[in-house]
Amino acid sequence: MRARLSARVLLPVLLLLAPAALAIAPTRMPTPQLEARYERLIHGFRCMQCQDESLADSPVSLAADMRRQIRHMLIAGDSDQQIRHFFVSRYGYFILFKPPFVARTAWLWLAPGVLLIIGAISAIMVIRRRTVLVKSDEEEPVEDTVRGKRS
Amino acid sequence: MIPELGEFALILALVLAALQGFFGIAGPAFKRERWTAAVTPAVAGQFVMVATSMGCLMTSFIDNDFSVRYVVENSNSALPVFYRIAGVWGAHAGSLLLWIFLLGAWTVAAAFGTSKLPREFAARVLGVLGVISFGFLLYTLTTSNPFIRLDPPWPDGQGLNPILQDPGLAAHPPVLYTGYVGLAVAFAFAGAALLEGRLDREWARWTRPWTTAAWAFLTCGITLGSWWAYYTLGWGGFWFWDPVENASLMPWLMATALIHSLAVTEKRGLFKSWTLLLAVLGFSLSLLGTFLVRSGVLISVHSFAVSPSRGEFILTFLVIMIGAALALYAWRAPQLKSEAGFELTARESFLLFNNILLVTACGTVFVGEIAPIIYTALGFGKLSVGPPYFNPTFLLSMLPLLALVSLGVHSRWKRGGFGDRGKTLLLTFAAAAVIGCGVMFGVFTGGGVLAAVGMTLGVWIVLSSLVDPIIRLRRRITIPRSVLGMTLAHIGLGIFVFSLTAVQGFTTEHDVAMPIGGVTQAGAYTFQFEGVNRLQGSDYGGVSATMLVTRHGQPVAVMHPEKRNYWVQHIVTTHSAIDMFDGSNILVALGQDLGDGRWSLRIQVRPLVTYMWIAALIMAAGGMLAISDRRYRIAQETAEEPAAAAAQGKA
Repeated sequence: MRARLSARVLLPVLLLLAPAALAIAPTRMPTPQLEARYERLIHGFRCMQCQDESLADSPVSLAADMRRQIRHMLIAGDSDQQIRHFFVSRYGYFILFKPPFVARTAWLWLAPGVLLIIGAISAIMVIRRRTVLVKSDEEEPVEDTVRGKRS
Repeated sequence: MIPELGEFALILALVLAALQGFFGIAGPAFKRERWTAAVTPAVAGQFVMVATSMGCLMTSFIDNDFSVRYVVENSNSALPVFYRIAGVWGAHAGSLLLWIFLLGAWTVAAAFGTSKLPREFAARVLGVLGVISFGFLLYTLTTSNPFIRLDPPWPDGQGLNPILQDPGLAAHPPVLYTGYVGLAVAFAFAGAALLEGRLDREWARWTRPWTTAAWAFLTCGITLGSWWAYYTLGWGGFWFWDPVENASLMPWLMATALIHSLAVTEKRGLFKSWTLLLAVLGFSLSLLGTFLVRSGVLISVHSFAVSPSRGEFILTFLVIMIGAALALYAWRAPQLKSEAGFELTARESFLLFNNILLVTACGTVFVGEIAPIIYTALGFGKLSVGPPYFNPTFLLSMLPLLALVSLGVHSRWKRGGFGDRGKTLLLTFAAAAVIGCGVMFGVFTGGGVLAAVGMTLGVWIVLSSLVDPIIRLRRRITIPRSVLGMTLAHIGLGIFVFSLTAVQGFTTEHDVAMPIGGVTQAGAYTFQFEGVNRLQGSDYGGVSATMLVTRHGQPVAVMHPEKRNYWVQHIVTTHSAIDMFDGSNILVALGQDLGDGRWSLRIQVRPLVTYMWIAALIMAAGGMLAISDRRYRIAQETAEEPAAAAAQGKA
């Protein structure tokens, strides 16, 4: 872990420096469907010890325990929803890479759409004002692209 | 002696930066000719001092001077000289010095570049740069001095983090910083225009090459970082929406918007105040990125060992700089009205959409970036915002943007419409859809709607960008470099979108446990695990595996993924083996010894990922080509006024 931390201190403006050693944890689930769900789930949880890696990549033992827990729950027939709930109730929303859509986080999910709507309204306002001005504007800008027939 | 010299030079640089800032801004304001004339010598003096300081720190690293704390923390006598030099910017204090050094270099370039411009304007540009430099010098000297001595000296250094011991360290930070700092020049041009209260099309023409240059460096820097992360970190990712990555993406998005808005300001005298605002915001986001990363305020993963005083200083600096710029802006912007008009389908409209969508995308990244801070500040606890948030929300504004590129390129100024290009556009779109879907089903055997849309848009952007150059070639009309540069950049964008779609849609990834001699399949490739050997490097030991890769029985590659143990720092790192074949990147990473001669391995086959980085470099090359256009060369233009006007008319 120390290696990771010092890496972050060393080069903070640069790109993310992930862990020096990588966890590669091959597992076999009984069915391909379970295997796919397992893969999706372990990529969606944050490792609570190293914090900026998913359970899929984290080399620490806590992550291995959590992966085992997910495996057991999947085989026992729990739904993805139940497994997520299990971990969120223990570690909070912090463990999910995908923030949930609840009252406290709604603004986060709505923001991109709201920004886009504000942008669209401003575009409409600007263009409406400018189309009126076309008649009084006497400048004839020279085109950048070649037009029309050979001259 | 050398560290003291370095520190002394830095203090002199601080004084000179203060003089540069004062003379540059006060000289023109009070009409003091002699003050204005003193700016250029201050610029030269400051740069000499900063370069001396940089040289001193480098010397301390090369000479293994372990009486300097910063050298002890980031170097070791076993380290090759190459990494001792790159180690200068391996950590906070040294990378700040690099920042200041690059700012000095940009300022000297700006002093030459503005020497033919009106004297007062040039002085103001250099003055604003002086103020920025002063702030950063003060910051370095008060909170992050790299020249502090240790008494007694250490016998040896603690070494450079193994992840950083890579040629990527030598290239990525300087290039990225050159981009960040370049935005300071665009900001300074905006500041000078605001101080002067005058902003015309000439101003836009003066500013364009500087902005484009900064943008090109930023593009290269981000690309290098992504590529570096891909091949050194072992997990095969190239973009994780990490806060630090976002901090570089936001200024890039703003700079991209600024380039396009400057085009409108130069051509039509429109969007003046908006252009100024973008220049201010672009540099603000550079600073804000530095603040978020340095202060530790950014989610818990960044909160260790970062001194709060460093963050506070940047925040104060940010508030003063940006506050002053915005106050000036609020005062001057209303005077910058334009009476030009344009129709809905005019080039101006498309560039307006471009700007709105890029700023929206930037805003989205910003919201995601600061959401964890706000969430915690509201007392709700901790929140993670990861790729599952950024991917879809970023696409929300990027998809319309990519869909509009081809239309915008072929629309006419002012009265709008596509003239005789309407049919060509439809044809290129149809061809793109056929090629895009053909590649998807033919090469990758299927894929979702998003993959089809991505591939079609990528091909369409490339094809439609080629239309104008082809017509010009056939009619033997010269292509101005600015048009050629734009075309090249857009082709790069098209290739980027196409490759990114392929990577996102068609990557195969397997984590497997393999016995020696075992065989596994990934995509069209067969992997045979031949075993492991011991490994001995200069400052590390470890194991190296041998993996035979074949396709349809034909040998493709022999790969050697490594696991290294750096004994100076006691760090184990994964060195993936990466090979390119048929446009696909094959990545093999060595995991753990599972016992009984079995090892865990990660195998990835990523199509076209290399082309994604090449495409980004093509974009940057397009920017550089556009800068070399003759109409930006002020000296010639003033000498041959009619010729330049004609060239501009054609462009």
